Amino acid sequence: MVVYAGQHQTECLQYSELVPDWTEHEVNTGTTIMAVEFNGGVVIGADSRTTTGAYIANRVTDKLTPIHDRIFCCRSGSAADTQAIADAVTYQLGFYSIVMDEPPLVQTAANLFRQLCYRYRELLTAGIIVAGWDNRHSGQVYTVPIGGMLVRQPVAVGGSGSSYIYGFIDSTYKPGMTKEECLRFTGQALALAMERDGSSGGVARLAAITQAGLEHSVILGNQLPKFPTA
Amino acid sequence: MALSYVFETPVSGFNFENSTRNAGLESLLGDTKVKAPRPLKTGTTIAGVVYKDGVVLGADTRATSSEVVADKMCAKIHYIAPNIYCCGAGTAADTEKTTELLSSNLTIFSMNSGRNPRLTMAANILQDMLFRYRGQIGANLILGGVDCTGNHLYTVGPYGDMDKVPYLAMGSGDLAAMGILEDRFKPNMGIEDAKVLVRDAIHAGIMSDLGSGNNIDICVITKEGVDYIRPYQESEFKDKRQRKYKYKPGTTPVLVENVIRLEVDLVEETIQKMETA
Repeated sequence: MVVYAGQHQTECLQYSELVPDWTEHEVNTGTTIMAVEFNGGVVIGADSRTTTGAYIANRVTDKLTPIHDRIFCCRSGSAADTQAIADAVTYQLGFYSIVMDEPPLVQTAANLFRQLCYRYRELLTAGIIVAGWDNRHSGQVYTVPIGGMLVRQPVAVGGSGSSYIYGFIDSTYKPGMTKEECLRFTGQALALAMERDGSSGGVARLAAITQAGLEHSVILGNQLPKFPTA
Repeated sequence: MALSYVFETPVSGFNFENSTRNAGLESLLGDTKVKAPRPLKTGTTIAGVVYKDGVVLGADTRATSSEVVADKMCAKIHYIAPNIYCCGAGTAADTEKTTELLSSNLTIFSMNSGRNPRLTMAANILQDMLFRYRGQIGANLILGGVDCTGNHLYTVGPYGDMDKVPYLAMGSGDLAAMGILEDRFKPNMGIEDAKVLVRDAIHAGIMSDLGSGNNIDICVITKEGVDYIRPYQESEFKDKRQRKYKYKPGTTPVLVENVIRLEVDLVEETIQKMETA
């Protein structure tokens, strides 16, 4: 807007200024997701924030998606892509377990994810952690990051908030933790990440998967563990 | 490519040849020099709330074409099924056609199965279709309704992401509407409270957003039926027309009349039998 002495040029509002910028962005689960193995099962956890640019589209998202009775996946990346992939794998795994007439292995589920994510790697933005219990190898955690790699890890973290908690994970994790210790460990890690990462927040959703079944829990925002620096 | 004088049977489904051509042109010429024409977006405020006995959907009624209001009484709450309605924000044509397509498919399903369609089925169909078109269909939809499993409210975005939540707002005015909803939403509200809440949310959108305005439509869906109140509230800023703009036939005198018959030849005749089984 140029102002001349004595004159005043007014600018008509551009249409692009009427429609806000975030409508142009795809919906992302900028996220923190995590999974830990323990003797007898796994503990998985995630935050609950879905963003479209700078706007929080859903502040109570459930990123822990059941794939089968004892197998879950934690989703990070594009919301649309991960929902579509999870639906496709749920269908394939259900079909597979009917054909084999037994509950599927976690390794099978992880490989189905990996096949989809690798084949369509140019088109997809999906970072997925597959975790569950089967009767052959008990609790297992597999990570399938963007690009379609597959690797089994005792502890896996993912999403934009994971960068902030690698140090905490590496220093605090020890093998042989109990389920309660794993739940506390996951809760603390998620709280730390949600504190530092703008794209993670809301509530912390946790689940423990064992042979006996599933135990869901939610830690509300004001009940998250607090730290002196915060 | 269809020539104007040769009739080609159109291929079914959407055709995105022009979108790919535009994307190619933009990248070729550098996007500071050439901007492809953008599709018409109707700045909008739409909202939905789940209450004790059902779902309340609300929308404003302004359709804009750049800075001009193209339609002051546009209907943004679309019929999907007797128990399902859908508010649409984003590209006007896309929301209209997508909801019509969904409605047709669900009607066929109802006739085949003898059941009212469920919200989760409608949301899944939308999700499948929008994901397949990878964001080219600019439809931000709020699906609300009552089925045998309860009262549900879903949102589906243009890339195919779906969320199921108790209250929602979408469109360019959604930040203002969301503020009202976040402040006053309670689970299991009564019907009057729910209607007032949705009205206030849309009103906030109308007041704070240039792309939303005019009247407010409300649609209440319960197990018993649907109450589509259009308009629920008229604009406070309506102007009175100074004179009548309708003219009787014969106001303009006809001086000369000339009829030219067009010579048409029958070129091709095809008969397609309809399956009426």
